[in-house]
Amino acid sequence: MNEQLLQANSNAHEANTELVLDIRNLKSHFFTAKGVVPAVDGVSIQVPPGKIIGIVGESGCGKSMTAMSVMGLLRYPGKIVGGSIILSGKEITHIRPKELAKIRGNEISMIFQEPMTSLNPVYPIGHQVREAILLHQKISKEEAKNRVIDIFRAVGIPEPQKRYYSFPHQLSGGLRQRVMIGMAMVCRPKVMIADEPTTALDVTIEAQILRLMKKLCEEQGTSIILITHNMGVVAEICDYVYVMYAGKVMEQAETFTLFEKNSHPYTQGLLKSIPKLDEKTDRLYTIDGVVPNLLHLPEGCSFCTRCSQAQKRCFSEKPYLYETGQNHGVRCFQYESGVHLDGK
Amino acid sequence: MENNIQTAEKNSRKKILLEAKNLVKEFPAGRNKGKSLVVHAISHVDLTLYEGETLALVGESGCGKSTLGRVLIRLLEATSGQICFDGKNIVEMNESAFSPYRKQMQIIFQDPYASLNPRMSVKQIIEEPLVTYGMRDKKEREMRVKALMKEVGIAEEFYNRYPHQFSGGQRQRIGIARAIALNPKLIICDEPVSALDVSIQSQVLNLLKDLQERYRLTYLFISHDLSVVKFIANRVCVMFLGCICEIGPTESLYEHPLHPYTRFLLNAIPKADPKLRSQEKELLSGELPSPINPPPGCRFHTRCPYARDICSQQAPCRKEINGREVFCHFPLED
Repeated sequence: MNEQLLQANSNAHEANTELVLDIRNLKSHFFTAKGVVPAVDGVSIQVPPGKIIGIVGESGCGKSMTAMSVMGLLRYPGKIVGGSIILSGKEITHIRPKELAKIRGNEISMIFQEPMTSLNPVYPIGHQVREAILLHQKISKEEAKNRVIDIFRAVGIPEPQKRYYSFPHQLSGGLRQRVMIGMAMVCRPKVMIADEPTTALDVTIEAQILRLMKKLCEEQGTSIILITHNMGVVAEICDYVYVMYAGKVMEQAETFTLFEKNSHPYTQGLLKSIPKLDEKTDRLYTIDGVVPNLLHLPEGCSFCTRCSQAQKRCFSEKPYLYETGQNHGVRCFQYESGVHLDGK
Repeated sequence: MENNIQTAEKNSRKKILLEAKNLVKEFPAGRNKGKSLVVHAISHVDLTLYEGETLALVGESGCGKSTLGRVLIRLLEATSGQICFDGKNIVEMNESAFSPYRKQMQIIFQDPYASLNPRMSVKQIIEEPLVTYGMRDKKEREMRVKALMKEVGIAEEFYNRYPHQFSGGQRQRIGIARAIALNPKLIICDEPVSALDVSIQSQVLNLLKDLQERYRLTYLFISHDLSVVKFIANRVCVMFLGCICEIGPTESLYEHPLHPYTRFLLNAIPKADPKLRSQEKELLSGELPSPINPPPGCRFHTRCPYARDICSQQAPCRKEINGREVFCHFPLED
């Protein structure tokens, strides 16, 4: 089963032409009074159809900003300054707002972390989800309502007919997140970006939501970009993973490869520092120091100040993303013999 | 009272630091059709904390774990019940009699951004408990604050900085320094690492463990993260909707949960190992029932797949199995 999964996965990654979403060398910078903050600095992410792609990293690593750039939600002082975003063969990096509105919510949609603040408190949830359909498709309100009730049923909301008229405050966190997923899925988008969809939820509810997302992905063929800081969530449902740090992809690999043959010192440290359920240790592994300020990044590798394996040159030169194996890239000089993947 | 403690000591060879009996906490929840409503946050809970141990309180949000932590150190007043700290019932004491006890119980809060006053410098924050408890000498205080900062890993030169100049992990360290300033015996850690990034989380957890060894601290560690609890706790208490499901030593509780809810909680955690994903997991369906109208009988019965008739009629009593306590009519077999 696992091998099949791996095989299917690698095939999809080879066939570049079939990508639903292709982010190439994306650069989103923030022009603040104190200087330029390179929140996203040359990120390339490929999303094949029907796959779940994970982006992991700590706060401030640029994972959410990558998503916001793709959705065209970056606001002043943030700006896309380079690279391209290609959604099913169509360049959407700098398209006009009107064009973007047609795509957003229809072909590509997004779920946010906090389900309470992303729903409008003064409208019934049914109306809010219906709006997404009415905006993009020419069908009657009655038909749209039926579609909403269908999608509510699909995402596991009990008594969907009654819930259609509920207000957000009448629902629990788990149910609200289901509404958000329903809203994101109702137009059958090609890609759904989920930004920390389960962080605000309890473990038992988290497990339900993850299972639901996986099911929708399999049944409707929607690709999901899952942004999270939780390695457990990645291990649970992702097919391919990008590990980000200070605006750059540090390592990218298939999930199984990442957990078994992780190569970047940051990924290794990250995985080692999580307390494990099946191990008894007296001390946890720690990565010393803190995430660097993006305004004052080290001259060389952005991880060099915290890296246990850093060499002299790490402090002066920036490493590329080197290919170390099939679909496996690592941004570290230790793997310099590999082909550069940057900017490809 | 004195006698009680001695017998308890003989029985368990461990000294009881804090003991809660039949603790109840209710919050008013407005009125509905003329009837006043009550949130049953904690319902008849018995809990014992031994000196030098880490007892973890785990459960989903809304299960009453934070409320219980706060009631135990009287940040919230209990509706009824007894709390004995060092053998004295602290519930009915007035503020001045309670003051020496309050000094011995401190708390570390979840949100390092909200729990430090933005207008106070690090020095003022850490020094405040010292001032309150009568350390008059300025020089002495300064030395103590600097020693505390060193203890938790904050450089001395940050003495006059303000909270916004620190990262989340550093702020949590300042909160920890404030909590240990008065050499307390008991520290309530209310989700101390859940707002931190993974790489910072492990630093703070190691620090908490070091401090415990150095000062023989007793921790009540409130968390929803079972992997963190596995690392830090000696004993674990699982709560559901204001009631205790089971209490037991960490190892055996994780290996053989006795209460169905514990097993579902353990099953639900996403494991950081993709090889485990193919295993079909049993998941808990449904959501937490309302604490305003808790289900009769066992509070878990509406979500429990093993529930039988008796579960909805009668609340389970405490059962002891291999030295572990469980509140369930039909505890799981090994």
